[in-house]
Amino acid sequence: MGNLSNLLKQDPRFHSALTSCMNCGMCTAICPAAEFYDYDPRKICDMVQRGDDETIEQLLKSDTIWYCGQCLSCKTRCPRGNAPAEVILILRKVSQEMGYFRFSEKGRQQVEIMEHIGGNILEIGYCVHPDRMPYEKHPEQGPVWDWYLKNIEKVAPKVGANYHGTGPGALRTIPEETMEEIRKIFEETGGMELRHKVLIDR
Amino acid sequence: MTENKRFWNEYQKEIAEDHYFYERSCIRQTFFPGSEAAFLKILRTELGKDIRDEVNQHTCTGIGYHSDIVPLQTTMTIVARLFALMTEAGYKNYVPSCVTSFGVFTEICHLWEEDPSLLDKTRELLYKATKREFIVPENIAHPSDIVYKFREQLTPRMKYRLVNRYTGKPLRVVDHIGCHYAKIFPDKGVGKAEFPYVLAGMVESWGGEVIDYPERRHCCGFGFRQYIVQENRGYSVANSKKKFESMEPYEPDFIVSNCPGCTMFLDKWQYTIAEMENKTYDGHGYGIPSLTYEEMTGLLLGYDPWELGLQLHQVQVEPLLDKIGIAYDPGAKYRAADGTILPNPDKPHNLLV
Repeated sequence: MGNLSNLLKQDPRFHSALTSCMNCGMCTAICPAAEFYDYDPRKICDMVQRGDDETIEQLLKSDTIWYCGQCLSCKTRCPRGNAPAEVILILRKVSQEMGYFRFSEKGRQQVEIMEHIGGNILEIGYCVHPDRMPYEKHPEQGPVWDWYLKNIEKVAPKVGANYHGTGPGALRTIPEETMEEIRKIFEETGGMELRHKVLIDR
Repeated sequence: MTENKRFWNEYQKEIAEDHYFYERSCIRQTFFPGSEAAFLKILRTELGKDIRDEVNQHTCTGIGYHSDIVPLQTTMTIVARLFALMTEAGYKNYVPSCVTSFGVFTEICHLWEEDPSLLDKTRELLYKATKREFIVPENIAHPSDIVYKFREQLTPRMKYRLVNRYTGKPLRVVDHIGCHYAKIFPDKGVGKAEFPYVLAGMVESWGGEVIDYPERRHCCGFGFRQYIVQENRGYSVANSKKKFESMEPYEPDFIVSNCPGCTMFLDKWQYTIAEMENKTYDGHGYGIPSLTYEEMTGLLLGYDPWELGLQLHQVQVEPLLDKIGIAYDPGAKYRAADGTILPNPDKPHNLLV
């Protein structure tokens, strides 16, 4: 066992994510990502279980670990109770910690996600919000979304939302004191450290 | 559904009776805010329950966690802050609107139970960052669990049933359960993951018929980073397409979901597929309406469709309203809250509206 293998095992989720894979391939059979991409969770579990650092480093630098859609269907069906999608979460964590995510095209997409979703969380306290989903970037949402965004101040109260309001309710502005606490939690728990690591050398 | 498939009776989960702390969903608020308003109205007005809508709540970071930009310890501590708000307000029953949040909370509570040192560390970090303390909730239930639990109490209050008024036959309904409701921890979901009953129970109690089609359990395709990053969205639409193709032969009247993202994707991807391939799955060019369970419940209770927010769906709902016999004012659909008439949305090229 090398350093990378040990790094993976130190994650508190590892124990319940992968204990005794017998390589039956049930996870791959049920996996939506395996149907869409050249992706095989069975092989990933095998590589991680064998613990060869050279293989794990290649995996951490590859597009492969970024194909999973995190539906967790694999966890439901695994006859041994493993969760390949949780193994993926741990691999992605270590890939970012080591800077290996920059070696793959899919891995580099983390920069965009960190800027977009990470920015939303730290700036307004939402993962997603209509103000941060312009129609130009979301043509798949269709003309009703375009209409909603153009008229949101007039439509939101009709559907019970408190758009940019104070007090409780959907789409309220989250108070600044709450935002300060969220940012403080990110500073104390490693959230900011990861943010800086991913966004460095943009 | 045949009698020999009623396995869910063995898998009933515990759902608190009253006094809930409600946590809003980022996606639900963004796309279907009327559904959250309807849920609170159903609980308070129809069922006489106590539910708190807290002003200082915020994202659970679940989308960030599953797209790998928020570390586990950060998400645990953010969740702990939400539990602290619940604790300070005097509640013990936590009700997250979002299925991703529900999965995050169940996973974190499981980790804390397995390794109490993680809970201790989270308590320390939360106190250091905010001076707050918390209790772990006694009960965590998804809002769909609560509507399911009280479905028979709601039935006599309903003005409509899930019955086609032209034929007298039950409406044919596709139920879609968000993956993180029961696939991570099957015993946390009504009916577990293989025989989900949380929505099917509502549909059957209210006169409809659930379609048990081959891809019933398949993911809607959200995939977190597979949708968030524009160039990855082929993954997302391909998975929804797989479901639509599987359900099409059963001629569903509508789809109902308990997950905020799934409802949106199963609505919007029908528009996308219609525009890309000139294909719809209803046989008439309009698409299959995709509703939230709050919208379904609210409609049957006689709530105004436009106050529920059904005008925010891309697949139009009027054919469904007509089938059920729901009264509505077509002219009010695109009116503002103050009655001002707003311009209509643009029409899609292919999808009929």
